[in-house]
Parts: sequence; C-alpha cells; structure tokens
Amino acid sequence: MVTANHGVFSPPPPCDIGLDNLTQFPEGRRLWTCIQCGTCAGTCPYGDRMQYPPRRIIGMLRAGELERVFTSDSLLNCVACYACTAKCPRGIDLTGVLLPLVKEQVLLHLPEIPAELQKALENKLRYGNPMGESPRKRAAWVKTAGVPIRILSEDPRPADALWFVECYNSYYPRGQQCARATAKIFTALGIDFAILGNEEKCAGECGRLSWERGLYSTLMEYNMLVLEKYKFKLIVTSCPHAYDAFRYRYTALGFDYVITHTTPFLAQRLADLKPLLKRKTDCVVTYHDSCCLGRHSSIYDEPRLLLQAIPGMKLVEMTHNRVNTLCCGGGGGGMWLDTYYKAKGNERLSERRVKEAVATGADVLAVACPYEISRFEDALKVLGYEKRMIVRDIVELLADAMEV
Amino acid sequence: MAGNVWVLAEHWRSKISDITYELLALGKEVATNIGAELQAVLLGHEVRELAQSLGAANSVLYLDHVALANPVPESFAQALASAIRARKPRAILIPLTNVSWEIGTLLAAQLEVGYINACKDVRLVEGKLQVRSVLYGGKMEALVNPAQSTAILGILPGARPADHGRAATVPMLEEVTVDLAETSSVQLKRYLEPEPGDIDISKQEVLVSVGRGIQSRENVRLAEELAGALGGAVCGSRPVIDQGWLPLSRQVGKSGAVVKPKLYVAAGISGAPEHVEGMKNSDLIIAINSDPQAPIFNVARYGITADAIDVLPALTEMVRSRKKEAKSRAA
Amino acid sequence: MKIIVLLKMVPDVVEELEVAADGQTLDTEFLRLIANELDNHALEEALLLKEKYSGTVTVVALDAPEVDDALFTALAKGADQALKITDGDSAPSTLSGAYRLAQALSTVPGLLPVDLILTGAQAIDDLDGMTSPLVAHFLRLPQLGIITQVSVNSVAGVATVLREFPGGVRGEYEIQLPAVLGIQAAEKPPRYVPVSRVQVAMKSRVIESVHVPTAADGGVGLSPVEEMLKPEVTEHAQMLQGSPEEVANQLCEVLAGRGLL
Repeated sequence: MVTANHGVFSPPPPCDIGLDNLTQFPEGRRLWTCIQCGTCAGTCPYGDRMQYPPRRIIGMLRAGELERVFTSDSLLNCVACYACTAKCPRGIDLTGVLLPLVKEQVLLHLPEIPAELQKALENKLRYGNPMGESPRKRAAWVKTAGVPIRILSEDPRPADALWFVECYNSYYPRGQQCARATAKIFTALGIDFAILGNEEKCAGECGRLSWERGLYSTLMEYNMLVLEKYKFKLIVTSCPHAYDAFRYRYTALGFDYVITHTTPFLAQRLADLKPLLKRKTDCVVTYHDSCCLGRHSSIYDEPRLLLQAIPGMKLVEMTHNRVNTLCCGGGGGGMWLDTYYKAKGNERLSERRVKEAVATGADVLAVACPYEISRFEDALKVLGYEKRMIVRDIVELLADAMEV
Repeated sequence: MAGNVWVLAEHWRSKISDITYELLALGKEVATNIGAELQAVLLGHEVRELAQSLGAANSVLYLDHVALANPVPESFAQALASAIRARKPRAILIPLTNVSWEIGTLLAAQLEVGYINACKDVRLVEGKLQVRSVLYGGKMEALVNPAQSTAILGILPGARPADHGRAATVPMLEEVTVDLAETSSVQLKRYLEPEPGDIDISKQEVLVSVGRGIQSRENVRLAEELAGALGGAVCGSRPVIDQGWLPLSRQVGKSGAVVKPKLYVAAGISGAPEHVEGMKNSDLIIAINSDPQAPIFNVARYGITADAIDVLPALTEMVRSRKKEAKSRAA
Repeated sequence: MKIIVLLKMVPDVVEELEVAADGQTLDTEFLRLIANELDNHALEEALLLKEKYSGTVTVVALDAPEVDDALFTALAKGADQALKITDGDSAPSTLSGAYRLAQALSTVPGLLPVDLILTGAQAIDDLDGMTSPLVAHFLRLPQLGIITQVSVNSVAGVATVLREFPGGVRGEYEIQLPAVLGIQAAEKPPRYVPVSRVQVAMKSRVIESVHVPTAADGGVGLSPVEEMLKPEVTEHAQMLQGSPEEVANQLCEVLAGRGLL
C-alpha cells in the first residue's frame, strides 16, 4: 500500500531524469498513478494563485499539453516547500522530480523573468552568491568571529568537520551573527572544524529547484572539485538548502560524504552541550520547521531537543508544525520574487506564518534557516509586531545560553 | 590669440547651463596659472544675447550657424575644429553633460589630437598642465598630462562652484564665421517632455532619495513615510526608475533632475558620479548605506553604515514623535 | 536589417580594484573583466530590433580575458554571429580599441555595409574618448549617443531615435543610415539567458577569430597616464554609530539644530 509521504525521507531523484524520459524511471511512472485528488493543490501555499497548480500540471503532462505550462508564469508561485510531496497519497515526489523539470522549461520560455530573480541567478553564476558580492570577501566575517577559524585553503590539514557556511551567513550582517554564534559553539564543544573560506560557493540548491539546471550543474561541479582537495570526516552546514542540495542532488556527481545540518549535528552532541548551557531564560519560544529540514528530511525532533535543553526555555507549538509547517516563502527562488509577488497581490507567506507565531504568545520565533531570519524579521516589522516577538536562529539561542 | 584657454559655453533651450559657469571658474584658474586669456566659445543660432552672462571670460567667440541651432554633436565638433585650427588655444574645456556629450571625443578625433574624458580637475603642476580624471565608477582616478598643443578636456559637473564663474560684467563679443553644411545627417525633430501632473522635485526643500539598496518596490514606502514626516518628497537614483519603482519625474542625476534641497537623505544609494552630480549641492546630505566604502559617503555630511530598511522607519518614528512633542509644547 | 554590436570587456568593479606596481595601471592579479554594462543594453536593443524588423545581429569584440564567455552568451541570447579580433594590445585604451574595431569592420569581408552599429553610450574605463563617436568618426558615419529608443524606416533609410536630456526630457532625432548609436538603455532590460543555453552555445556555436594586426594608434596622440590612484577623499561624512534608534536620535538632533524638524 502506498501511503502519503508524511515527511518520510524520499530518495534522491535520478540525475538523468527528464521530461522526455519520465516513464523510464519509477519516480516518473508514479506520475501516471496520480488520482487527481487535488491534495497537492490544496496544501500548496500559493495553490490558489496558480493557473496550473501541481494537480493540473500532472493532468497537463498526461494529456500531452505540458507546453502550455511552459509559457505561463504560474510556476513562479512555487516556493519548493515540499508540501505537495509530503501530502500526496500516491507518494509522488512532485517537488523533487516534476516541478524542477517544468520550471526549467518555464525559464527557457518566459519572455521576461522578474529582475530580482534574474540578478540573483546571474550573481550566483558569476560570483558564487546571489548578492553579487565579491567572492574574495566571503570569509571576511571570520576576522570578527571572536574565535579562531581555520580556512582550508590556508591550512589544508585534515579536519573532523568541514563547516559549509553558505552565502547569507557569510555576507549579510544578520547572518554573520549566526555564523559567529555557530563558531563559538563548535569551539566550546572542542570540535575540530574548518571552512572553505573564499573557495566556498553557493551549493546551488535554489538554482536547481528554481529553474536553472545549467547554473546548478556549474556550481555542483565546482564544489565537488573543491571538496575533493581536502580531507574531512563530515560536512556540517548552517543552511538547510545547502543540506538539501548535498544530500539529494550532489549524489549524481558521486558525492558520498557524510552530510548534516547544524541542528542534528549539535543534537547528537547534546550530552556535551547541555552542561555548557548555563544562562537561564524565562523565554517562551516557538519553533518554525524549515521545509528542507522538516518535510523533506524529517528533521523535526533535533531542533526541539536543542531548544528544550536551554534552561528555563519553554517551547510552544504553532498550529501548523512539523510536516504541516507553513513555508516562509523563500525557497524555489521565492527569496528573490517578493517584488513580483507583491505586484501580483500575493499575500506574503512569511506574514502568514508570523501571524501564527505571534498567536502562540511566544517571545521568540526560533528558526534554523538563514532565509527565515530576514523574512520573518521583515514580516514582524510590516505587521507591527517587532516589539512582541524576535527572531533567533537556534544557534544564537544556544550561544546566548552558553554565555559565550 | 594662440595659447588661450577656451570654455565651450553650453546652453540649452535658451539658457546657459550651470556647468558653463563651473567651467568658466575652472578655466579662469587655468588661464591665470598659465598666463593666458580665458575665452568662452558660444555656438548656436541667434543666441548672441546669451553671451552677456559669460563675463568671467575675457571675451566670447560667437559662432552662429543654422546647423548649430540644436544639439548635434558632429556639427558642433566641426565648427570648433576649424576655430581651433585657426586660433590654436592651449586648452578647451568641454562640458560632459547630456547636451554636449560626444563633442570632446569627436573634436579631438577630427583634429587628430588626444582627448581626456571625465576630468574633475585641471591644475598646473611643476609648470605643466595636469588633469585628474575619474574611472571605474569613481573607484580610481588617473592623473594625466595632456600631451598635445591643444588639450581637449571633457569636464565633469561639479569641478568648481558655478557661482565662481558668474560675473556682472558683459564680455567683449567676437563673431567668427562658420563654414558648415546647412543640413546634417543627424536632425533634431522635437523634444518630448516628461509626464506632467507629478511634483517638481527640484522645488522641494526635503528629499528622501532611494537607490538599489532598498531592495524592492515595497520598501519605497519607507522613504515615503519619512518624506511625509519631514514634509518633503521621494526621489530616486536611475536604477530605481529603470525598475519602475518610481516614475521618471523622480529621477535625480545626469539624465534626471538636479536638486538643491535643504535636506537630502540618500537611502541605499551607492553614490555613483551620475547620481551625485544631481544632488551634491544640497545643503545637508545624510547617507545611509550598508557598504562603508560607498562613494556616497564622500559627498555626505553624515553617514550611517546600516541597512536603509532598518534606519528609515526608526528615523520616521523619531521625527514623528519629536514633531508631536514640539507641537504639544507649543500648545 | 543588418546590425553590428560592439562589445567591450571592462574591469568588474565588484572586485576590489588595486593599482599595479607601476603606479599607472590596474593590478591584474585578482582583476576580473566583465562585458560593459551599456554594451549589454546595446546588444539587447539590437536583439529587440531584430525581433521587430527581422535581420541579423553580429557581435564584435576585441580579444580580452573572459571575452569568450561574453560572446557565447551573446550568441545564446540570439545573436547570429560573433567575431573576436585578435593580435592586439591586451588592454587597449578606448581610443586605440575603437580604431582597431573600425579597422576590423572595414577590412573583414562581409561585415560592412550595415544598417546600424550599436554600442554602449559609455564605459567605465573611457579615459581617452567614447567608442561610439570614435568608431563613427573612423568609419565616417553619422552618430548619436545617450539613446533610449530606436525605430527604423528602412525604405527612407533613416532611424528615429530618442536621446536623453536633463530633467527627463528626451530629444527625438532622425539619423541617416548607416549610423552608429551609443545606447544608454535598451527598451527592455537585458534579457536573461539560462546557463544551459550558453553551455549549448559553447558546444555548438563558433566564435570567429579574426586577425587584425595593430597599426599605429590611429595616428592620434595618446596622453600618457602619469599616475593611477585611489580617489583622494577630501571630505568624508561624519559617521554615526549605534542601533537604528540611536542613530535616528542623533540625526534628529542634527535636523532640529538646522530647523528642519
């Protein structure tokens, strides 16, 4: 019996699956078992804004009319949140298999793509980050980290953990606060870690799930070459999107390193970590499940374990939690489509989510993804809640409790 | 007379451009330094009376021809070239503006001498003329020694204060015959005015200006709120207008408006020369940019290295509460 | 309709620029080159004209580091032909570059005659001139710059163009073809081309390399750069520190002091 995915780990999609050979793969053939129930469209955060919600896309595919989807801007509303994949009673991996393939065609057919998204894609290709910052400044934040951080290109000795910092935590001041917190926690735990520094480039997940196979393969090939230069036991990353990319996509190029995200990584070391969490708090915190960590990879308990290990921290749940989490709207290119969504009158998903968070009465909205920090902080400001609730990455809360 | 310093007196739609006075101020300095006279060169058709305000020059050379009635760079370059061949000035300063854009390049090419672009200063150093030019969007400057007998220099706006080039005296006028074809392969047909019905930002006392750094159209509202609180209006740099976040009438800079408000708040604007030339004479410039190296900080009086999206609302709130306080105190 | 687009590689200012040891040129160790932004607009305008009037677009560039990327990208966007002019100075000035381009256009068979030559109205490294008027001068063609709109009447052999003037005013000009235009902004923002399309172009299209030996520098004297330096900062803003609220407070003090509150 095929059950709904419910956050069950779905295997990496085959790397050479395409729209012209779908039926040669089990994941592709599964599309023909769709019963058109519409659960995907119903659970899709922007399903009501799409001319072609997921259900219809499968319908068009099976009717041989998929080309009409390519010339529609409907898929610009897909934020790659895995909700459709998680809820499909047939276990169809829409987010992983079909949607990226269709999005790729949409990019080729759309007469104009929104300027912000275009710039982000061009910047990723040229500079390895969507902001268009110089690659040579990627590790500049290290100077202000407060603890020594080894950069492999300068000191290529083997490390236990290669910490893949990713773009937002490297370049954005708010993200750098998280990077510093992470560095301090790793140091306090005595972890032997190192970073790629300026050699690091975007893992490219948002290129894959938002349209750009060519961009993605370029970044993937580059990162694989860089990783092959060094020796390490595992890769730990601060970014769930990079985690997603490494775990599910890079396998196509032979990626076989152990890959983890900071939250499960630290949760595994809770026995060492807990004694260091000294500062008591009387905060009430609610945790936002990231789509990539949660729905896609079933990492629900580890972040909660970390939060509950903080003395005095009280955890409350939002109405939509775990597999039902509401996407912040940053995935699938959504991070660079806010102007477009606004012009179309779409409600901002981050605002939808923040209202739920505030309704819990919590003081702190805890997150585990760099996109979520800026998106939720913006939403709090726009809705006028910035005095009622703050957004903190889990690592920031841990670092605070460690008094580092 | 040979060896003089010439200034191309730019005019547009019956008015001498401000940059002409800036160049007269600069030209006067250079002429004095090299012991030569300053001559303004006025090209046009039936614009003789415009020469009256060019008194900072010792004299005005007036070249009148129907082919010079409208800005056609080639015709202007040709007319100037023959005058230069005849009179051999030491240098000619040419405005780098939309009106006179290509004249310097074409003139130098016709005379087969060198041209130096984007000059912000001309000085005499160890007895030789030295020019300072701006490169790479303001990130580098080059010191160049004009090599030829007539230095053709394209001067950026803002090299000197315009007031230093104004004079009450009416200069001597010398009319010079011009030999040009009557028609040209480039003809101005008409001007298209910008959309009416919007405010004139050049008349505002307070402007809150946004650049790419505010990141999205919706954030323009943050500037609008501050402008409202301060009793001013919103404007922007070119990229913001190109994206459609503000209409063309709100553009400040080379192809937009030149503004001189009492207060100019530059939010998320890097300070590229094309924008700065449109606002650098504002009484008080406050700049907010997350990049500490942004060139805008060289032109601003006060600077804040932060995200404009964070500072604008904080400032709006504080302005509002201060105004409220002041009101209730006055009541 | 036949259109040629001239593309120039210029320093990418996203990278920190440094002066080389000679004190006169840019340090090239970390220097990256990128296609001149306004040349991208010129290419976009050419492609839009091609879509409107049908015809061909040929992109021509002087050989330089990273020029292949730019030319393949142009082909992927829809240009019909790409030419790279080799055997010249690796870092020509705008003037000598324009001279070589004009030489190439006049000597390479099949390029001229043409209806339009488009290039950017300016570039960030234009120290000794601008490409559009220079190429026009060397080819003895009419020219106009700061153009934001082009329409062509092939029958009458003229183009109607809009040139930007101050205050948002635009001048409508008629220019006889063939002509050189310096584009300030294409009528639409330069289009995106997916990386996979560029990769396909790299495999299936060819950039023609044309050997044009450098003559003397166009017979025009170049003024030597005596020194290149980072801008002298004669004044700098007084920087205010603190949280947004603290900074707002300080600013209000300043504004109040000037009677602006």
